[in-house]
Amino acid sequence: MVLTKLELSRKLIKAIPTLGRNEATLLVEEFFEEIRLALENGEDVKLAGFGNFELRDKKQRPGRNPKTGEVIPVSARRVVTFHPSQKLKTKIIENNEQSN
Amino acid sequence: MLKSKLIERLTDKLRQVSVADIEQSINLIISTMSESLSAGDRIEIRDFGSFNLHYRAPRNAHNPKTGKRLMTTPKYRPHFKPGKALRERVNSQVKKAEM
Repeated sequence: MVLTKLELSRKLIKAIPTLGRNEATLLVEEFFEEIRLALENGEDVKLAGFGNFELRDKKQRPGRNPKTGEVIPVSARRVVTFHPSQKLKTKIIENNEQSN
Repeated sequence: MLKSKLIERLTDKLRQVSVADIEQSINLIISTMSESLSAGDRIEIRDFGSFNLHYRAPRNAHNPKTGKRLMTTPKYRPHFKPGKALRERVNSQVKKAEM
């Protein structure tokens, strides 16, 4: 199964009786949008118990067109990396041991 | 941005939703994502990214303190792949600064 925004809003509606369908959809959308905005503005995002989204600045480096072998520079860029929290890593390992 | 800040920003933005509901929702979104990954399910959020599990095979290693040799246990580790929109937006400020 794949978890999507639709499934997340369904969960919210079920668990929180005061939350309407439109509000739940909006909340899920804005949750991810706020994370995108923070990262876009150069802020790292730390969600306790889940993990951290961190920004890394990469320098320009030589790259290659895999088809032609031609050398072309890969431009300097900023990228997002995700570092799962110890809690999440442990939870995944424990759940897998149970199912084995 | 910590979770408390995220809740604060959402509260400012979504005036029509109560603070308690926003707080509960954020906690539920995060715990649902943890549960899904733990159950071996993928997470796919369009224009944000996807989370899945990567297998780590057992390998020979040693304890750097004692020098004792050991075999690591095979395990799964969560992995995040940023979506196209997130990649572009994160890089947009850097691009602007260059021009």
